[in-house]
Amino acid sequence: MRIKTCFERLSLEDRKGLMPYITAGDPQVNKTADAMHAMVKSGANLIELGFPFSDPVADGPVVAAAHERALSQGVTLNDVFSIVTEFRKTDNTTPVVLMGYLNPVEIMGYQVFAEKAANAGVDGVLIVDLPAEFAGELVAELKPRQIDMIYLVTPTTTDERISKICSVASGFVYYVSVKGVTGSHKLDLEGIQARVNHIKGFTDLPVGVGFGIRDGESAAAISTVADGVIVGSLLVAELAKYAEEGEACIDQVAGHLTAMRTAMDKQ
Amino acid sequence: MTNTPFDFQKLKDLPDETGHFGRFGGRYVAETLMAVLQELEETYKKLWNDPEFQADYDRDLAHFVGRPSPLYHAERWSKELGGAQIYLKREDLNHTGAHKINHAIGQALLAKHMGKKRIIAETGAGQHGVATATVAARLGLECIVYMGAKDVERQALNVYRMKLLGATVVPVESGSRTLKDAINAALQDWVTQPEETFYILGTVCGPHPYPEMVRNFQSIIGREARRQCLEMTSKLPDALVACVGGGSNAMGLFYEFLSDESVKIYGVEAGGHGVESGEHAARMAGERQGVFQGQRSYLMCDDDGQITESYSVSAGLDYPGVGPEHSHLRAVGRAEYPYITDDEALAAFRKLTLMEGIMPALESSHALAYAEKLAPTMDKDQIIIINLSGRGDKDIHTVAEIDGLSF
Repeated sequence: MRIKTCFERLSLEDRKGLMPYITAGDPQVNKTADAMHAMVKSGANLIELGFPFSDPVADGPVVAAAHERALSQGVTLNDVFSIVTEFRKTDNTTPVVLMGYLNPVEIMGYQVFAEKAANAGVDGVLIVDLPAEFAGELVAELKPRQIDMIYLVTPTTTDERISKICSVASGFVYYVSVKGVTGSHKLDLEGIQARVNHIKGFTDLPVGVGFGIRDGESAAAISTVADGVIVGSLLVAELAKYAEEGEACIDQVAGHLTAMRTAMDKQ
Repeated sequence: MTNTPFDFQKLKDLPDETGHFGRFGGRYVAETLMAVLQELEETYKKLWNDPEFQADYDRDLAHFVGRPSPLYHAERWSKELGGAQIYLKREDLNHTGAHKINHAIGQALLAKHMGKKRIIAETGAGQHGVATATVAARLGLECIVYMGAKDVERQALNVYRMKLLGATVVPVESGSRTLKDAINAALQDWVTQPEETFYILGTVCGPHPYPEMVRNFQSIIGREARRQCLEMTSKLPDALVACVGGGSNAMGLFYEFLSDESVKIYGVEAGGHGVESGEHAARMAGERQGVFQGQRSYLMCDDDGQITESYSVSAGLDYPGVGPEHSHLRAVGRAEYPYITDDEALAAFRKLTLMEGIMPALESSHALAYAEKLAPTMDKDQIIIINLSGRGDKDIHTVAEIDGLSF
């Protein structure tokens, strides 16, 4: 319910959601919860936490490298649940969405996954390679535990599919604003606005927009056309500098989010 | 394990509308790929049933590939084994030296019909890359081949062949730097610029419609073999044997025979240094099922669901996943999937070269090695058809190295 509450409160305050993504294990497995807290302090409203997979096909080089860093530290789904549990000790309001690929969930078993996620305090799940039409069995485990299933919609998703996706989605809809893998650049605000409005014709759920957001300016621009601004690669690239910079990389992430929050709230 | 009951007559009707073979297959991809896969599926279904497209495809198979390939009775070898008569389906005699050209031509013709100017492909051993570069050259299409950096090192000759054919070979440095990483890189390329690009996938794996489409383009192997066997011996074979990496040559041979109840089917996986050593590509032996690269199938992964590295002396079998139709045939009990180790395959490579004057690819040598075990358990009037999926020229360096030679 945290996701619903979060967007309701934002709507009352006439603000938009700032939704950062980082991968579990960044900058270190025992420092991920710290990074999550730092992001909330800098204005994040919802956190997407990636869980690693050996073959992150839909991700660009920056996020793929984060998956590799996580795996080289031996990060498992159970570690990801521990991170969320740790985070929940002092933050019981910020929604956490787990984002990753199906096979680790499949091997753990849908029921066990859903149970552990619920116990840890997870609010939503986005499985990149599990399309809505094949998600029924997993949703059947998540739904009774009040965990939302989040889906992607892209510039090329047909109306038939948008309709199908919106009929089973909960929490929010994640609109991927540019074609391609995560971390791509271009931004076409008018096109995004038209597309977001189009999606809203199919659902009352909030729409978050991600892929291609680099700074306060682009975040503020997106916030004028969407309910939430999703930012990932930019932050993940900062956390990748942990080896050289140490925990200062968390400050860099916080700095980006503060700039975005400030710019968004001025709109 | 217990098999679920199945109807022989209905096996050939798969996959279903969602791309599933039983519980295997499907289209487990990010939303970013859905639209291009739907477009591909629609075009493929329309053209596969279009007589004009079929005529183009058949003409290329006859005059460019050199089909039909012979079905050759390996009399001397059969006699030595003292059991069933062994017939070799000579896909090694195809243009470019392997079965891969069959589906490369089919997919390239699709690309042309769809107006795509840019071809991408992945390759392991380099055979599929060479076949794709070949058809791209002939049709005047730009061609980019993704190849694991490790495979680029061990298959230098094929890399150079692709370059001579005008293709750009991109070494992939991520992950295990082998075939699975090359597929990831090709999928990422495709997501980034889908409008102008056609992805010629090299095996019966991946998201729907690839497993069905590649199988159908390869099914010419089994149609010819069935007809040739009836012409030569007046009966159907008793057993089929083919090696299984992703499984394209095997599905190509097996498909036409799926409803022939008397025909036993064996797909041979790579046992590498032995399954107990952990260094192998015997996906079925591990009993693990999951979702990887767009499909649900048997696969190799650890207890956390991370895909593990496969191993085989033959690059073409060195892959942690397997085509979903094979998984279904295994799960229902229509086909068996034994494995053969590196050493057994190398021995069979030498054996066929000396006994019949045919030098097989190391991939195909796995099928030969299994037939060596199977034939003596059968009667002299029984027939085994082995798919000799490729020729061994590309493997001479590997074999020479094992012999302590270098050129």
